[in-house]
Amino acid sequence: MKNIRLLKDRFLSKAFLTLTILSIFTVVLIGLGLFYKSLPLLHSTSLWNLLSSSEWKPFKETFGFYPFIVGTFWVTGIAIIIALPLSMLTAIYLSEYANIRVRKLVLPLIELLSGIPPVLFGVWGVLVIVPLIQDRIAPYFIEFTTGYSVLAGGIVLAIMIFPLIISILIEVFDNVPQELRDASSALGATQWQTTKKVLLRKSVDGIIASVVLAISRAFGETIAVLMVCGNLAQVPKSVFDSGYPLPALIANNYGEMMSIPMYDSALMFAALLLFVIIFLFNAISRIILFRIEKRTN
Amino acid sequence: MIIQPHISIQNLNVHIGENHILKNINLDIPDKKVTSLIGPSGCGKTTLLKTMNRLLDRQTDVRVEGKVLVDGENIYDPKVEVTHIRKKMGLLSQRPFPLPMNIYDNIAYGQRIHGNNNKKDLDEIVEKHLRGVNLWDEVKDRLKSPATRLSIGQQQRLCLARGLAIEPEIILGDEPTSALDPISTQHIEELFLQLKEKYTIVLVTHILRQARRVSDYIGFVYMGEIIEFGPTEEILLNPKEKLTRDYVKGFLS
Repeated sequence: MKNIRLLKDRFLSKAFLTLTILSIFTVVLIGLGLFYKSLPLLHSTSLWNLLSSSEWKPFKETFGFYPFIVGTFWVTGIAIIIALPLSMLTAIYLSEYANIRVRKLVLPLIELLSGIPPVLFGVWGVLVIVPLIQDRIAPYFIEFTTGYSVLAGGIVLAIMIFPLIISILIEVFDNVPQELRDASSALGATQWQTTKKVLLRKSVDGIIASVVLAISRAFGETIAVLMVCGNLAQVPKSVFDSGYPLPALIANNYGEMMSIPMYDSALMFAALLLFVIIFLFNAISRIILFRIEKRTN
Repeated sequence: MIIQPHISIQNLNVHIGENHILKNINLDIPDKKVTSLIGPSGCGKTTLLKTMNRLLDRQTDVRVEGKVLVDGENIYDPKVEVTHIRKKMGLLSQRPFPLPMNIYDNIAYGQRIHGNNNKKDLDEIVEKHLRGVNLWDEVKDRLKSPATRLSIGQQQRLCLARGLAIEPEIILGDEPTSALDPISTQHIEELFLQLKEKYTIVLVTHILRQARRVSDYIGFVYMGEIIEFGPTEEILLNPKEKLTRDYVKGFLS
């Protein structure tokens, strides 16, 4: 009897290990698959050319990915710049200032926001944000824009990652012991002093983690951004210019015009780029987090 | 017999939600003495302590009625500025909660939030108060390292020094030794005995021996009421109320 019990234990531990390896393996497989599929393109053009050239002429077999890379960063960057301060202040308000009734009312609404399908955000962007930029915002700065721009993409994306950052931040703030706030207020600190010097400082790693998650999500978001960004293969010179982020490129073109030689390979390379960007980004943020933890503990 | 009170609590009632936590409390805390509040868990002694520097304010659904006079000023008067009240009191909680910053900044924190940024001044204050809690020699070479790296006992002394650095008149201790080992406990108790020369100390404790060792007066709290208040010897050895006698006996015999 005892042996069977132990055997079961050993078997299960091996089974779990196998499953874990399998799931990690999937990621490796995807990476390898993308790399393999991009090889033809990498053989015909140098990597540096692919990354730095702005010329995108599939019929002439010239593929420059620079506009798409820049487009991706523009849209993500704008989204974070808009979303981070807003969601920080919202989270601080909800966790530190708002009374319990307000919090109970507002939090579910914010979480509802994250449950809305991306395509609806896209439609909303087309119906509201694009005209708003075209008619109300852009005229102050430039002569003409269609409104389909990286700014529109950034705004729509900001609203999509907003609830994600808020709910993580509130969790982070809730994890800061009440006694720590009390210790600060007992010394005569105002609530804002306590928030700024104790709460935020204690939560630095959580704040960074929330931003990392939000940015990773933003890099990959496809449909909503694709609907409002304009999708022109150009390097945006201002926030009112159209852009063409990598996910939009893949989603728009995969399955069409596949008769063009190298096109398949080029799109797979776009996917590989996105994969590498997200991977590098995560790696860097992990290093930063590790540094911070080492410093504070 | 009771000398001039530093804190005077009058007809204090506290409700949290539906619960009547403190019932008609009347209590005078004598100036420059150690007063212990004793009583079983959940009797309201910690809540009573927190009413003295309005730390209950942040909790939801709290209703405080009555007066708490500190130096004759009712701290629940709507015109009173709460940060000003709290600056008069240093708080020591059950477990040490060093602020997420280095040792030096922990002590300087209170001065800085009240607008003192003079480096030389702060250096002096930090040294003085770290010496005051006998921590200076242990940490003087690592003032810039995170306070969380100290041992629990050192952290608690740090928190005491942090509270003293705002130059309060009163020290509130909420079972400040409950997380500490016997040696660290002894450190803190000795400090209290030194400090009562200059400060009024209110100590919540469930250790009767501690109350006996450090306090001049004892208040016995039971089910949200002050059952008895008097000099330490009287309460511990010759209580008037039956409840007090039962409680004291249960622990001392």
